[in-house]
Amino acid sequence: MAYITKSPWIIHYDASSCNGCDIEVLACLTPLYDIERFGIINTGNPKHADVFLVTGGVNEQNRPVIKNIYDQMPKPNVVVAIGVCAISGGVFHDCYNLAGGVDKLIPVDVYVPGCAARPEAIIDGVVKALGILGKKREDMKNAGSK
Amino acid sequence: MSFTQFIFDNPWIGVLLFIILSPFVGGIIFGLDRIVTARMQGRVGPPVLQPVYDILKLLEKEKMVVHESQNFWIFGYLVFIIITGALFFAGSDILLVIFALTLAHVFLILGAFSSGSPYAHIGAERELIQLMAVEPMIIIAAVGFYEVTKSFNTSDILAFSDPLILTLPGIFIGFVYILTVKLRKSPFDISTSHHAHQELVKGLNTEFAGSTLAMVELAHLYETVFLLGFLFLFFGMAAPIVGIIVIAIIYLIEIFVDNATARVKWGFMFKSCWIITAVAGVLNLMALYII
Amino acid sequence: MLVLPNNGLRDTIVKAAAVVTCLGSIYLLFEYFGQGQVFFSIESALIDPIIVAAEVAIGLFIIGISVKHKKYLITVLAVVQLLIMGYTEIVFHPGHMSGYDLFIDEFSLIMALIIGIIGSLICVYATGYMKDYQSHHKDTPDNRPLFFFLMFLFLSAMFGIVFSNNIMWLFLFWEITTLCSFLLIAYARDEVSWKNGFWALLLNTVGGVAFAGAILFVNAYSTGNDIYLNELLKASPGVALMAAALIGFAGLTKSAQLPFSSWLVGAMVAPTPVSALLHSSTMVKAGVYVIVRFAPVFEGNLVGITFAVIGALTFLVASGIAISQSNAKKVLAYSTIANLGLVVTCAGIGTEEAVWAAILLIIFHAVAKSLLFLSVGSVEHKKGSRDIEDMGGLIATMPKIALMMLIGMAGMFLAPFGMLISKWASIHAFVSAMPPFGMLLIAIIAYGSGMTVFFWTKWMGRLIEVKSERKPLKEEASGAEMSAIYTLGGLTILACLIFPLISATMIEPYVNTVYNTASHLLSLNNMLIMLMMMVLVLLLPLSLSHFAKGRTLKGQYMGARATGDDLKFLGSMGIMKETEFSNYYFEDIFGEDKLNKIGNLMTIVLLVVLFILITLFLPLEVVM
Repeated sequence: MAYITKSPWIIHYDASSCNGCDIEVLACLTPLYDIERFGIINTGNPKHADVFLVTGGVNEQNRPVIKNIYDQMPKPNVVVAIGVCAISGGVFHDCYNLAGGVDKLIPVDVYVPGCAARPEAIIDGVVKALGILGKKREDMKNAGSK
Repeated sequence: MSFTQFIFDNPWIGVLLFIILSPFVGGIIFGLDRIVTARMQGRVGPPVLQPVYDILKLLEKEKMVVHESQNFWIFGYLVFIIITGALFFAGSDILLVIFALTLAHVFLILGAFSSGSPYAHIGAERELIQLMAVEPMIIIAAVGFYEVTKSFNTSDILAFSDPLILTLPGIFIGFVYILTVKLRKSPFDISTSHHAHQELVKGLNTEFAGSTLAMVELAHLYETVFLLGFLFLFFGMAAPIVGIIVIAIIYLIEIFVDNATARVKWGFMFKSCWIITAVAGVLNLMALYII
Repeated sequence: MLVLPNNGLRDTIVKAAAVVTCLGSIYLLFEYFGQGQVFFSIESALIDPIIVAAEVAIGLFIIGISVKHKKYLITVLAVVQLLIMGYTEIVFHPGHMSGYDLFIDEFSLIMALIIGIIGSLICVYATGYMKDYQSHHKDTPDNRPLFFFLMFLFLSAMFGIVFSNNIMWLFLFWEITTLCSFLLIAYARDEVSWKNGFWALLLNTVGGVAFAGAILFVNAYSTGNDIYLNELLKASPGVALMAAALIGFAGLTKSAQLPFSSWLVGAMVAPTPVSALLHSSTMVKAGVYVIVRFAPVFEGNLVGITFAVIGALTFLVASGIAISQSNAKKVLAYSTIANLGLVVTCAGIGTEEAVWAAILLIIFHAVAKSLLFLSVGSVEHKKGSRDIEDMGGLIATMPKIALMMLIGMAGMFLAPFGMLISKWASIHAFVSAMPPFGMLLIAIIAYGSGMTVFFWTKWMGRLIEVKSERKPLKEEASGAEMSAIYTLGGLTILACLIFPLISATMIEPYVNTVYNTASHLLSLNNMLIMLMMMVLVLLLPLSLSHFAKGRTLKGQYMGARATGDDLKFLGSMGIMKETEFSNYYFEDIFGEDKLNKIGNLMTIVLLVVLFILITLFLPLEVVM
C-alpha cells in the first residue's frame, strides 16, 4: 500500500486566475469542507508538495514560475488544473498574451472544470489525483527494483 | 519485584523501549494534537496516525537535495536526538543529556545552513535564536534537580522521594514556558512554521524534501517524547499519576495557546524566555538555599 | 636569531629550533612523568645578581620607550614597580635563602607541553606566514629576525614561568612576557599598533605593580622561605591570601579579564602567529596559570568568590560581545577572554573538582584556539579579509582549512569535544560552591553558554553555506602553514579522545597532591558516554558516502522566481539581483561598547571593594 495516498500535501499556485477558483480552493481548507480529513496539508513549498493545484492560464509572466514549481516537486507528483482557464484558457483563450491551458507547459493529470470550480468538484479532483499518485508511486517502485 | 524496579535495574530496557516506541507514542501524541486542534476549529481532523503516515509517505518520495552534504547533518541530528533520549531514559547524567540535545540542534541548524538557501538561512538563524533562548532554562532546571536530589543522574532524580514540583515550582513554570519554543508551537514557531508560507516558506525545513524531511519529522517525534519525559521528572515516581495528568493538561494548554495566539517577533520570544528564566528559574534556584 | 638573514636558512633553523623545543617538552613528559613534585636548586652566587640586573634592565627599557613615545602613565607605573623591587631588594635581601628555585609537577608538565608543542607549531607556521605577510604589507619594515627572536624568547619566558618556584624568578619571566608581547603587538610599527601595544603594556604594568606589591608584601610580612611558591601555598592563611589576591590581580590583567580585557582585543593588530601565541599557549595562559596555582588558597573565601564572579562576568560579557562581532579575529579574541573567564571562575572557587575542570579547560582551549587562529590567518591571506561574512561557502573554496576550522570550533563548544567536557565539569564543580554564589555563577554560566552556542554555530553555518558549486583553490596555504594546522587539528581530536588518560595520569595526581585526596573525579560511566559520542561524531562522516548515492540535485527554492543556479533573481523593473546572506549580530542587544561599559564598571567595583576589604582586615591578622 502506498502511504502517499494517505498524506497528499498540496501546493497551490494562482497562474493568471481571476481569484474565483483560488477562493474556492481555499474554501476546501475551511472547517466546512476540511480536507485535512484526508491528511491534506496546504504547504507553501514545492519541495514538500505532492499535488500541484494550478488555477488560471499560462502567460509569459508565469511560464517560468509554473515550470520552476513543477521542477522542484519531488517525484511522484500530480498536477490538477482547476477551473476552465487552467484547462484551456477559458474566456481569455484568444487573448494576445495567453498561451492557453496549463497542459501547454507541464503534463496535467486531472482537469477540474468550472468557472469557478466548486469546492466539491475540487475535492473530487484531488481524490481522483490520489489514485493516479498511487499508481505513479507503484511505477516508480517497479522501475527502481528492476 | 515490580515492573518499575525491573526497568530501574536494567537501563537498557528503557533505552530500547524509547527507541522502538517513541515514533508511535510521539506519532499518536501529534495525531491527537492535530485532532484536538481541528475540533477547536470546528473540524473533524485527520486520523490519529496521520503523523506516522506523513513520515512513511516522505520515505516513498524521490530523494531530492540541494547538496549531498545536507543529509549528513540531518542524519547527525536524528542520531543525536535519539542519543539524547536514550541517555535520558538510561538514567545517566542529565547535563550530558542536555549537551547532546544542543549538539543535535546544532546539526539541524548546520543542515539548514549547508543548503545555502535564503529561506533556510533565515530559518536557521531563527532556530539558533530559539536555541540561545531556551538553553539557560534547561541548564538551570538540571541544576535545580541536583540541588534538591543531590544527583545529576536522571534515574536518581526520578526515584527521589518527594515530587520535585513542590520545591521547584518556579523552574517548572519556566520550563513549561520554553516548552512552547521547543515544541515549535505558536506564538513561538518562528523558525519553521505551518502557517508562515508568505515570509518564510518553511524556514529551516525549506530545502529538506523526501527522506531528509522524514528524518527531521522523526527526530521531532523523538524529541517530543524526550521533552515530556523531562517534564515528568518534576513529579517522578513519587507522584506518577498526578504527573501524567498534569503533563496531559499542560499539553492541552499548549494546543490551546497554539491555536489562540499569533506568531510573535523573535525579539519578544528571545527576551521573554530569558526574563522568565531569570525571574522564575534563577529565583527558584536561589530560594533553594533558604528552604 | 637576531643576526640571521632573511632567507630559507633562517626558516630552516626556526623549524629545527621548533622541533627541538617540541621534543624537549615531550622528553620532559617522559622524564618526569608520574614523579609528582620534583624540586631543583641552583647553587650559584651569580644567578641572583643576574636576575636583578635583568629586572632592572627591563624596567629601564620600559621607562625609556614610554618616555620616548610620551606615554608617561606607563613611565610612572614602571618607576613605581622598579622602586618597589629596589626597596625589597635592598631592605629584605630576598633570594639569599636556601631553597628550590625551580620545580616540576604535573601541572607544570601540562603547561610545558602546551607551550612546547603548540608554541613551536606556531613558530613553524610563522615561517610560512610571515613571508606572505611581508609581501602583503609592503610598507611594514621587515623585522623578521627580531620577530623570530622575540617569539622564542617569549616561549622560553613561558617555560620559566611554569617551572619557577621562586616568585622573584617568576616575576622576572612575567615581565619578559609583558615586554615581548608589547614588542610583538607593535610589530607593524605604525600608529595603530603602537597605540594598541602601549595599551597592552599599560594594563600589564598595572598588573606588574600588583605583582611587585605581592613580592614586597611577602618579604615584609613573613619568613624568608615564603618567596618559594610551595612554601607560600602552605603559609599562614593571611599571608598566602594577600599574596594570592595581589598576584591573582596581576593574573587578571595578563589573562585579559574584565576590566582589563581591552588590551587583548587591541592586540589583534599584530600578525596572526602573534595573536595565536598570545591566545593559546603564552601570555594569557601565564595569567591563568598563576591564578590556578593559587586556587587552593581561594577555596571558600571572599577573595576567591570575587575572582570567581569576575571570571563569570567576563565569560558572560565577552560571549555576548562575540555575538555582535563579524571580524573573525575579534570573535576569537572575545571567545578567548570568555573561556579564560571560565578558568578564572573555576580557580576562584578553588575546590578540587573546580581546579580539575580549570586545567582541562586550559588544555582544550589552547589546542582548539591556536588551530582557529592559524586557520583564520591563512584564510585572511588568501581572501584578503578577516570578516566572517566573507567566509561564506569556504568549505567549497578552501575545503581543507574550512574542515580544520570546523573541527576547531566544534572543539570550542560542542558536546563530545573538549570545551564541553570542561563546561560539564565546571557546572559539576559550581553546584557545591559557597552559597549563594554557586547558584549565581551557575545562572551566569547558563546564559553565557547559550550565547557561546549562538556565535559559534552561526560562524560554522557561514563556512558550510554553499550557494552553488565552486572549484576549490589549488593551494590553500604554504606547506609550513598547512602542516601546523593539520597537526593542531589532529591534536584537537586526539585531546578529546585521550582526555580520560590525561585526566587520570596528569591532572588527578596534581589535584590529589594539592588537596591530599585520592578521589577519581570522572565516573567511568560518564567517561564512556563521552567517548562513545566522540567516536560516533568521528564515524558520522562515513554516512556521507551513503548520502551521495541516488540523490537528485535541485537548486534552492527561490519563491519560484529563480533564474539560474547562482541564486540570482529577477527583481522589479527587470533588474537582476544577487542573493546575499548575512548573519544576525544584534548590535542593539549585544553591542560591544555597551556591554564593555557595564562589565568594566561591575568588575572595577568588585575589585575596589575586594581590596578595600583586604586592606582593612588582613594586615591585622598577619600582624597578630
